[in-house]
Amino acid sequence: MADAILEVRELRKAFGALAATDGISLEVREGETHAVIGPNGAGKTTLISQLAGNLRPDSGSIRFAGEDVTPLSAPARAHKGFARSFQITSIYRDFSALDNVALAVQAHAGHSFRFWRPAREERALRDPARAMLEEVGLGGRADVLVANLAHGEQRQLEVAMALATRPRLLLLDEPVAGMGLEESQRMVQFLSGLKGRQTIILVEHDMDAVFTLADRISVLVYGRIIASGTPEEVRANPEVRRAYLGEEA
Amino acid sequence: MRARALILAACVLLLLAVPALATLLKQPYYIDLIRRVMIFAIAAVSLNLILGYGGLVSFGHAAYLGVGGYSVGILAFYGIHNGWLQWSVAIAASALVALVIGAISVRTRGIYFIMITLAFTQMLYYLGISVEEYGGDDGMRLKVKSQFSGLIDLGDPVAFYYLVLALLLVCTYLTYRLVNSRFGLVIRAAKSNEARTRAIGFSPYPYQLAAFVISGALCGLAGALLANHTGYVTPAYMDWTRSGEIMFMVILGGMATSPGPALGAFALLVAEDLLAGWTEHWQVILGPLLVLCVLFFKRGLAGLLPGGGKDG
Amino acid sequence: MNLILVFEQLLNGLQFGVMLFLMAAGLTLVFGIMNLVNLAHGSLYMVGAYLTVAAVQWTGSYPLGVLLGLAGTLVVGMLLEVVALRTLYERDHLDQVLATFGLILFFNELIAILWGRTALFMSLPSYLQGHVEIFPGSIYPLYRVVVIGVGLVVGAALWYVVAKTRLGMLIRAGASNRTMVAALGINIRLLYTVVFGFGAALAGLAGLMAGPIYAVQPGMGELILIQVFVVIVIGGIGSIRGALVGALVVGVVDTLGRAFLKPLLGHFISPPAAEAAGPALASMLIYLLMALVLAVRPEGLFPAKSG
Repeated sequence: MADAILEVRELRKAFGALAATDGISLEVREGETHAVIGPNGAGKTTLISQLAGNLRPDSGSIRFAGEDVTPLSAPARAHKGFARSFQITSIYRDFSALDNVALAVQAHAGHSFRFWRPAREERALRDPARAMLEEVGLGGRADVLVANLAHGEQRQLEVAMALATRPRLLLLDEPVAGMGLEESQRMVQFLSGLKGRQTIILVEHDMDAVFTLADRISVLVYGRIIASGTPEEVRANPEVRRAYLGEEA
Repeated sequence: MRARALILAACVLLLLAVPALATLLKQPYYIDLIRRVMIFAIAAVSLNLILGYGGLVSFGHAAYLGVGGYSVGILAFYGIHNGWLQWSVAIAASALVALVIGAISVRTRGIYFIMITLAFTQMLYYLGISVEEYGGDDGMRLKVKSQFSGLIDLGDPVAFYYLVLALLLVCTYLTYRLVNSRFGLVIRAAKSNEARTRAIGFSPYPYQLAAFVISGALCGLAGALLANHTGYVTPAYMDWTRSGEIMFMVILGGMATSPGPALGAFALLVAEDLLAGWTEHWQVILGPLLVLCVLFFKRGLAGLLPGGGKDG
Repeated sequence: MNLILVFEQLLNGLQFGVMLFLMAAGLTLVFGIMNLVNLAHGSLYMVGAYLTVAAVQWTGSYPLGVLLGLAGTLVVGMLLEVVALRTLYERDHLDQVLATFGLILFFNELIAILWGRTALFMSLPSYLQGHVEIFPGSIYPLYRVVVIGVGLVVGAALWYVVAKTRLGMLIRAGASNRTMVAALGINIRLLYTVVFGFGAALAGLAGLMAGPIYAVQPGMGELILIQVFVVIVIGGIGSIRGALVGALVVGVVDTLGRAFLKPLLGHFISPPAAEAAGPALASMLIYLLMALVLAVRPEGLFPAKSG
């Protein structure tokens, strides 16, 4: 495949007797938005965790931009351009929204063995962070403590933090999970604005979001990909229909 | 915020006035007492860095009091009384010990970390007991205090008092700058959410280790001060119950706040002093008090200050 | 070096290891199932010793005294769990450490108030005094052999309960999935109290057996507690097997080290240097061992939850 920026080969991960990832191979082009869907328990989050570096696969390889990143830790991959949002919101609850994003910026703005100057006064960190918050629509909530943000706003913040690291690969794990109709539509609109500019792997249950955003879709069932292709191809695939037991696809 | 600053300023002024007040009331004992409290406050400030801000439950902090104290004691034993040299060694040795212990323990998590830091302190305690040369179980007397070539005479209780006060304020300020710097934010982020911290690109280990070393070094300074204050050094400096006491000061005063450690040191040690005057068995009262404090008073004394005591 | 001397010290190490195991088993069970760091475990060890001394004096009979002492420790343990420790299950480890630290202060002082600070003497009945002949011409204290025996029997019984009985199954299940066990309708509170009482009784047993060998005084619990921590770190949290292996290793290494390191060193370096370094190094030996194990296997040798 031309321009495959991410190549996953025969990835396997077992927890005891359970094969959560059972020989997954995948290729994603640069600038593509690739959705991963599947019934609950299919192993979607396990896959994302292995791609992000949070989980070590038992076997298989992950190549990014021609380089083998399989042995790299999560922080190391972050510096290669990986960014991740978590399925269960995972941000800094005791800090403000701006602090959160500024920390993501800080991770990629030189080293952090600086002991004296207050980081909150560094324009080089605060300005890009503020801009990012504006972009996702949280501009007015910059100084609010995360614990006081609404759930939907926290999900937006997750995405903002991922973007603030200037990623080359975005791994989004159910970005609209738990959001109301209006909020998820706004998020989908925002994500579609990223299409082409960012390479995105998107795990989602919300089919409207998936079919609006995805260039290609892979269907994951019991740790295996049973179908992979354009949205139309996947929609028409009988195996996919079977896997979803008659669910709207 | 103004109210908080004013209250803290008043506290500092009160501390400045203690020697004069004590002399006026013909109670020089209080100069000694408050000086001792302030030395432990410095130890608490150092622990607050890794415990309060960093979330590393180190139950072995008393080790650095011992390393710092014995640095002074051992050098004095061999006739080296230069304060600059002694205290530099105290700080450097503590940093080194913290580096070694930290390199092994910071990799571990949760209960392992607690037990390992405790075990290493106990190891140093046993080391102290078994080296007969330096007094073994009984420790050594510090016959000559650290000398600072005429700059200050530690034998003068009031001069020494002001030195300790100055060092406490300096250490508190240094910690304040540290926890708001880039480095400090990474430490606090790692405590708040380690998975997120790794995801954005920070590997917590080097930062936590560095904080551990800085914390140990500061506590080593407190140890050097303590040796000069009491006039002797014993393995009891490293008794693990002492580690527990310092932890309590940090919790009681309010974790992850600037005035917390000092407030906690004052509250705990003054309470101990009062209770001890009342009954020989004061620990039977203090123990349950501490339990109640943990159960119901987590925010600590700094949490009672206007503004909640948190600084950023 | 005298082979018989080595063997004697090995037996001493085994005896120490057995006591460490009793303490470690209780502590690791409580941590594995209730996720509770209990620093006051050493206090239960102390309570066991003191209650037994008092009971023996009161009844004039050693066996009866032992039974009363054990029962008393069990009761104290369960009371402690119900009154003070229940609230700590939900708290983080820091809170548990600090709260149980407060309890240590309380217990030590309470014992001091009731019995004073000087060490008590625990006398043994005549049938436990005396020696056995382990090799022709070499004798070894009978009591220590009994301690080893009791420890091994308790260890076997513990293994049986945990591996073969329904209670043991609940314990193992609770160790790996607390919420599931509760969801199955098992009375979790009762289970916890029973497990804690179990652990307390084990500590009490170790304490009363330690009485005649070591000193019975306030603070005796903390000295052994830290060594128990080393055992648990080496053996792995939450695992009885790990506690046994760790305890025997620590017991033997520590005892042999204290006995033989100084003369051993004397072969390589000058006697005065060995005189100074020997005891120091010997006391640090188990901690160095712990550091080594940590470097190679950070979760311990037999952690209960793997992966």
